[in-house]
Amino acid sequence: MPGLDEGTPLFVQIAGQLADDIVDGQLAEGTRVPSTNELAAFYRINPATAAKGINMLVDEGVLEKRRGIGMFVAAGAREQLLAARRKLFAEQYVGPLVAEASRLGIDSDTLVSLVKESSVSNGGKTR
Amino acid sequence: MTPTIAVTGLSRRYRGHTALDNISLTVQPGTVTGLLGRNGAGKTTLLRILTGLEFPTAGEVKVFGATPAENDAVLRRMVFVREEQAYPDFRVGHAIRVASWFYPNWSAELAGQLLADFELPLNRRIKRLSRGMRSAVGIVIGLAARAELTLFDEPYAGLDAVARQLFYDRLLADYVEHPRTIVLSTHLIDEVADLLEHVVMLDHGRVALDAPAEEIRGTAMTVSGPASAVDEFVAGGRVWHEQRLASRASVVMPGPFDAAAQARARALHLSLEPLSLQQLLVHASGGAEQEKVCA
Repeated sequence: MPGLDEGTPLFVQIAGQLADDIVDGQLAEGTRVPSTNELAAFYRINPATAAKGINMLVDEGVLEKRRGIGMFVAAGAREQLLAARRKLFAEQYVGPLVAEASRLGIDSDTLVSLVKESSVSNGGKTR
Repeated sequence: MTPTIAVTGLSRRYRGHTALDNISLTVQPGTVTGLLGRNGAGKTTLLRILTGLEFPTAGEVKVFGATPAENDAVLRRMVFVREEQAYPDFRVGHAIRVASWFYPNWSAELAGQLLADFELPLNRRIKRLSRGMRSAVGIVIGLAARAELTLFDEPYAGLDAVARQLFYDRLLADYVEHPRTIVLSTHLIDEVADLLEHVVMLDHGRVALDAPAEEIRGTAMTVSGPASAVDEFVAGGRVWHEQRLASRASVVMPGPFDAAAQARARALHLSLEPLSLQQLLVHASGGAEQEKVCA
């Protein structure tokens, strides 16, 4: 199936992929998101599972239901998702990175310069 | 809401053999339920009783709130596609036409589409079809019937992976447009896992598992890494299965794995990998066997 893994519950993955698209700007605020049925057909999953994923984002205020038309990306959704992800960034990415570096005997200066190098090759900003 | 299927204390015994041993379960309307289990677990016997082809030895069976056996009003609301379904000496087109007379919600349009999808020759005699094509005839009838209760019992003997995927896709697409209650009996668990809303697993004629599919996913994990770290992580918890190789260990543990447990695993450099539904059921049926041995 396209891009889903066994790890996290399916509905969380559906919500995560929609959230990714909103963060990347693929789904702009105010645009309609795919319906439960469209998601079910695309990911080959039970529509109840797809609905659960959508409802998760509705509960978080990222999507809003417009009666009779469908689900839309709420105003301010992108900022909200970005803020939430920045909060989790240290725990989810920096923590494991530092742990693996110390396991390999990479000291923090080397680690910082590696991060800078990688950032440059990814087109990131340097100071 | 009345459950579409309600089974209470159902047993079916043959001479010297118990096919179903005091099982109880319900299937809610509008859901896709997977009826899973090994060969001989009792899946087909259950479906035959639900469709009035066989009688219970004990217990009660209600479909749409009524007893299905010899009850035409109930039986017309369901379609049962059996493994290796036998047909009279019909041509494909004839079999489809006869089915269209029987099922009140029959969709000729869907039948036509499916016949083309599976490339079924309308003029060929069914007994001259390959095994896979015969299975496809059953699938066409089962889907085009659009019955309120659709029961598929391993409907894909001889179908290759491409044709099976076609079946799953068409099933899902039509279910989404025309919601109905579907029970899919299969041992190809990983293929259908994501289509299911609910899972019932039979093992030696008993219900080994009856839960929403979403709850089952991620309920057990394989924890692997250095043996000492695995031992520290397990620390008296339940272990379903254990493997050791030199200084590495890998154990299967039932969940729940909350954020704290996941953080602890990360701190110990352990990898956590959730069991697929199929692997989970292998362990669940193994567990049921052990319980029986102990009892």
